[in-house]
Amino acid sequence: MKKPLAPRQISQRTAFTFLILATIIVVIPVIVIIAVIIVNGAGAITWEFLSQPPMQAGKAGGIFPAIIGTFYLMLGTIVVALPLGVLAGIYLSEYARDNWLTRTVNMAIVNLAGVPSIVYGLFGLGVFVLMFHFGMSLLAASLTLACQALAMTVTTSREAILAVPREYREGSLAVGATKLQTIRYVVLPQARPGIITGAVLAMSRAAGETAPILVVGAAFFLPGLPQSPLDQFMALPYHLYTVAAHVPGMSKTTIWGVALVLLVVVLSFNVLATIIRLRARRWRYGT
Amino acid sequence: MNVNLEIPEKKETINDEVRISVRDLNLYYGDFQALRNMTLDIPENAITAIIGPSGCGKSTFLRLFNRMNDLITGVRVEGIVELDGVNIYDRDIDVVELRKKVGMVFQKPNPFPMSIFENVAFGPKRHGRKNRVELEDIVEKSLKQAALWDEVSDKLGQSALALSGGQQQRLCIARVLAVEPEVILMDEPCSALDPIATLRIEDLMRELSKNYTIVIVTHNMQQAARASDMSAFFMMEEDRAGVLVEWGATEKVFTNPQDKRTEDYITGRFG
Repeated sequence: MKKPLAPRQISQRTAFTFLILATIIVVIPVIVIIAVIIVNGAGAITWEFLSQPPMQAGKAGGIFPAIIGTFYLMLGTIVVALPLGVLAGIYLSEYARDNWLTRTVNMAIVNLAGVPSIVYGLFGLGVFVLMFHFGMSLLAASLTLACQALAMTVTTSREAILAVPREYREGSLAVGATKLQTIRYVVLPQARPGIITGAVLAMSRAAGETAPILVVGAAFFLPGLPQSPLDQFMALPYHLYTVAAHVPGMSKTTIWGVALVLLVVVLSFNVLATIIRLRARRWRYGT
Repeated sequence: MNVNLEIPEKKETINDEVRISVRDLNLYYGDFQALRNMTLDIPENAITAIIGPSGCGKSTFLRLFNRMNDLITGVRVEGIVELDGVNIYDRDIDVVELRKKVGMVFQKPNPFPMSIFENVAFGPKRHGRKNRVELEDIVEKSLKQAALWDEVSDKLGQSALALSGGQQQRLCIARVLAVEPEVILMDEPCSALDPIATLRIEDLMRELSKNYTIVIVTHNMQQAARASDMSAFFMMEEDRAGVLVEWGATEKVFTNPQDKRTEDYITGRFG
């Protein structure tokens, strides 16, 4: 019925099998993690859980202040990291000469992403909490996370700006627009989706960070929401860490419930970033 | 291959008013000399075509006039390029003002990813025109001049990228016209277009040459013969530097070339 396979075809099929196996192995843990968290945590999600402050060390009540604290942190981080990142990205891509200094700066920024997050935490403790006397606060934590996020906002801004085709810049300069006008009206609008994608990813990462905020202002329990940037705050990842590791007799469902909320916050920002990128791509091809 | 060169009727006399004059011009990219000892006059309100084989520096030469070469690091220019008697390579020249006066159309149509209206209004807006009515007038006038108005007047708000290649190129011409330049540089403006769109652009060029000084780089010999008043033939020397072999009235360059190399090139013996 079938001819025996030639060696060439056998090696084709073997390669294909291995490639698909590797892909499956990569995808399985992701699916399992999400599934386990949803299955175990869904039971904890009630309106009360999302809207009430915790009681009895988190055993009862909800996680409302931690959710709000995490959103404050994301906001504080991006308010600092986005403008700085975009401005530095503009400078590095449009103005800086291509010399050893610029290359060193670029390399340093890329490597910022590789610095362990607890090191940022200690830096924030030393500089923002102690030296600038911001104390353990939302402000100190936002600035600390912003330092970490800068690696991403600068790099993505720079890449997005560099990806704007030269023809557009030339078209603008050729009608007598200045360099600054060209950047403002042609380059940045084109680079915007890339820049926003980077910013959203930086926010989702800030939402998930535990180690840095541990030392610069996150509190396990606060009676109310922070009233000023100089107040301490609750945050989802830190709350998850403490209820999971430090509260004896904690209901497993509640722990999974906190994890589920955190996961939803972080993943929804990642999905948002993907949507922005896809929509921008559609615009670029004029349909 | 022998190209059949039909020379259409040209203006009776070429305006002998010189608009741009290039004197003893040398241009270097780092150590590499791209243009050597160029001396050439470009007449007012006429079309001057720059022809020659690939890589002989035609585009580089064209980009002298709006100082677009400045964007490339390591470029050095020696000599004089006078526009209306002013050396545009003088230190105190305002490049932005120069580029308002000397517009440029590129090889590949490069409308911005904005609406048709915003594309044409882009230049005037950057130069401080903010009044909506005034901008609408400028856009309409420029699109009419670029022979595009009838095709787009009912869809000014749509993306310019949805236009055909030929329409996009005419839009780019309208974008240049909107800042009221005096000189228009065209860098192989039809090389990405089909023959019909090409002819439309050529008609447009002839029309514009009544009021504008046009310099066009082209690979297309028929185009130079059909559309230009003056022709300048460039070649490469041994060291790949571009030199000006011959220039003069197009009719003369094409029917009675003085230099053997020009004759060989336009009759298709090489290049």
